Amino acid sequence: MPETTTGALIYQILELLPFLKELPEFLHIPMLMFVTGLIPVTVISLVGLVGVYMERKVSAFMQIRLGPMEYGPWGTLQTLADGIKLMGKEDIIPREADKPLFILAPIAAFVGVFLLFIAIPFDRDIIVVDLNVGIFYLAAVASIEVVGIIMAGWASNNKWSLLGAMREAAQVVAYEIPVGICLVTVVIVSGSFSMVDIVEEQKGLFLNWFIFRNPVMWVVFIAFIIASLAELKRAPFDLPEAESELVSGFHTEYSGMRFSIFFIAEYGAMFVASALIAILFLGGYYTGIPFLDNIDGILGILIRVGALFGKAFAFLFLQMWIRWTLPRIRLDQMFYLCYKVLVPFGFVAMIITAFWQMVLPGDGFMSLGWAPGLGK
Amino acid sequence: MSFYEGLLFYLLAATAVLPGVMILFSRDIVHAAFWLLASLAGVAGLYLYLGADFLGFTQVMIYIGGIMILIIFGLMVTHKQKISLSQLAQKRLLVPAVITGGIILTALLYVINKTTWKPTASEEMEPTSADIGYLLMSDYLLPFEIASIVLLVGLVGGVYIARRKEREA
Amino acid sequence: MHVQFANIVVFCVVGALFVILNVSVVSRILRPTVRDPEKYETYECGEPAIGSAWIRFDMRFYTIALVFVIFAVEVAFMYPWALVFKQLSAVGPFVFIEMVVFLLILAVGFIYAWAKGDLEWVRSIASQRGGPEGRSGSNPGNQTDSSERKNAA
Repeated sequence: MPETTTGALIYQILELLPFLKELPEFLHIPMLMFVTGLIPVTVISLVGLVGVYMERKVSAFMQIRLGPMEYGPWGTLQTLADGIKLMGKEDIIPREADKPLFILAPIAAFVGVFLLFIAIPFDRDIIVVDLNVGIFYLAAVASIEVVGIIMAGWASNNKWSLLGAMREAAQVVAYEIPVGICLVTVVIVSGSFSMVDIVEEQKGLFLNWFIFRNPVMWVVFIAFIIASLAELKRAPFDLPEAESELVSGFHTEYSGMRFSIFFIAEYGAMFVASALIAILFLGGYYTGIPFLDNIDGILGILIRVGALFGKAFAFLFLQMWIRWTLPRIRLDQMFYLCYKVLVPFGFVAMIITAFWQMVLPGDGFMSLGWAPGLGK
Repeated sequence: MSFYEGLLFYLLAATAVLPGVMILFSRDIVHAAFWLLASLAGVAGLYLYLGADFLGFTQVMIYIGGIMILIIFGLMVTHKQKISLSQLAQKRLLVPAVITGGIILTALLYVINKTTWKPTASEEMEPTSADIGYLLMSDYLLPFEIASIVLLVGLVGGVYIARRKEREA
Repeated sequence: MHVQFANIVVFCVVGALFVILNVSVVSRILRPTVRDPEKYETYECGEPAIGSAWIRFDMRFYTIALVFVIFAVEVAFMYPWALVFKQLSAVGPFVFIEMVVFLLILAVGFIYAWAKGDLEWVRSIASQRGGPEGRSGSNPGNQTDSSERKNAA
C-alpha cells in the first residue's frame, strides 16, 4: 500500500482491527475507507445528539427555565427519545412534490456536510485524510450543502419552501465571499493548505496562535465568526427559516426521518464551523500550554482531542448565546453586513496581513522579542 | 490496485457523461439543471483522478457552488410558472441549433485531435497548488493580471445588465 | 492511484448509505403508514394550496449570485498566491505588489457596483415604480424607511 498518500488514521485502524488484514488484498483499501467513514458518521450523530441537548438546555437556562428534565438524569436522554420518535414518524411525500428530487435532497445536504469531516484534524494523526489542499477543499465542499437545500425547496413545490430555499441560497452564497477572504488570510499566515500544517504552525505558547499573529488578525477572526453564523443560518441570520414569516423555510414539507437528516446535517455543520474557528485561529488541537502539548501517548491524544472538542463546544455555546441575545436582522441588513462591512474589512485585513507577513515574517507579534520561536 | 483505478475511472466517466445525456432527455428544465450539476461533479472527479487537485476543487467551488446557483436563480427570476423543455424547443430554432452544435463539435474534435494524450495518470501524486502559485507569479503574471480585468468586465457588465432587466421588470 | 481522493468517493457512498439506511430501512420498520389524502396535501397554512409554488423571483437574487461567481473566481485566484506568499515575499515585495494591483483592478468593479447601488437590497421597488430616476441606491434618504419595503422578495 502506498504509505505516503493515505491518511495516517487508516493505518491506525489497520492496527486496531487486525482481521481486516485477513481479507483478500483487493478489498483492503475500500474496506479501510469504509471503516474510516463510520467514525465521522458516529461523530456527526453524537454531535447532533449532544448539540440538540445543549441547545435546549442553554436556551432554557437563558430564559430561566429548566428545559428537558423527564428522560434520564437532567433530561440527558431527551434527544435520544426525540430521535426514536422521529424515526417512528410516518414518511410523507406531498402529492405535488417532485418525488425523486424530494428524496435526493436530504442525501445531498447530508453528504455535503459529511464530506467536510474528511479534512478536520482532531489530532496530528487523527484525521481521515490530510489532504494537501485541505483548506481549499473545505471551502469548495462547503458549497455543496446549498445544492441540497435548493433541491429540497424546489422539490417540495411549496411556496414557503421555495421562498426559504431561495433566501437561504442567496445568503449562503453571499457570505461565502467573506469566508473565502478569511481563509485566504489564514493561508497567507500558514503558507500551507494542509489542515495539519496549519495547526502545527500554531504549536507552542498560545501567543503563536494565528489570532495573535498580527494586529489585524482578530478582525479576520470576528469576520469569520459572523460569516460562519450566516453560512449556518443561525440566529441572528436565521431569515431563511424565519418561523414567524416562512413557517420553517426549505424543510416545511419534510417530516420524520427525512427532516431529522436535515437537522443532523445542520448540527454537523455547526460543529464543523466551530471546530474550524478553533483550528484556523485558536491553535486547533493544541492547548497553548507547551508542557501539556508535549505529552506523548494516549494521555496526550486525549488532551489534544479534548482541547479541540472543548474549543469547538465553546463556539457552539457562543452560537447559542448569540441566538438568545440578538434579534433577527432584516434581509437588507444581512446583505449590507456582507457586502459593505465584511468584504471591505476582510480585504483590508488581508492586505495588512500580507504586508505584515512580508515585513515581519515570524511568530506571533505578541511574542516578538521575548519568546521567539517557542516550541518550534 | 489497477482494478480499482479502472473502476474509479469508469465510475467517474459515467458520472460525467450519463447525466449529460440525461440533460437532453429530461422534460423539466430544473431537472436538466440538476443533471448538469451531476455531470460537472463527474468532471471534477476526473480532474482529481488525474491528480489536478487544485483544479478539481476549483471546479467544485465555482461550478457546483456558483454557476449552478446562478443557473437556478436565472430560471427562478425569468419564468412565472413551471416550464417544460418541450415548450422551449421550437422548430424555427432547429437550424441555428444545428449550426451552433456543429461548430462546437468541430472545435472539440480539433482540440481532441491536437492534444497529445498521456496514456496513464501520473503514478505519484504531486500537489499542484504551490506550482500554480509559482507559475502565476512568474511565467503567467500577465494572464493573471488580465484575468482580473476580465473579472472586472464581467462584474460591471453583469451588474449593468441585471440592473437594466430589473428596471424593465 | 490517488487514495486521498478515492476516499472522497467512498465518503459520498458512506454518507448516502447512512441517509438511505436511516430513512428507508430503520425508519421504515418503525413507522406506521396510514394513508389519508389530506396528509399528502401541500402545506399552505391549513388552506387548500392556491396556484403554483413557482413564483417569479426578484432580479436581485440573480445579481447576488452573479457577484458571488465573480468573487469566487477571484478568491480562487488568490488561494495559490496566498500559498506561495510566504516563500516569495522573502525574496522581495514583488508578490505583494502583484496582488495589490490585482485587487485594485477588482476594487474598481466593486466600487462601481457599490456606487450604483447594486449591492443594496432595498432599491428595486423604488426603481421599478419611479423608473430610472427613482433609484434609491445612491440616495441615502430613501434608505431610512426601509422597514416597510423589506419583504419585497
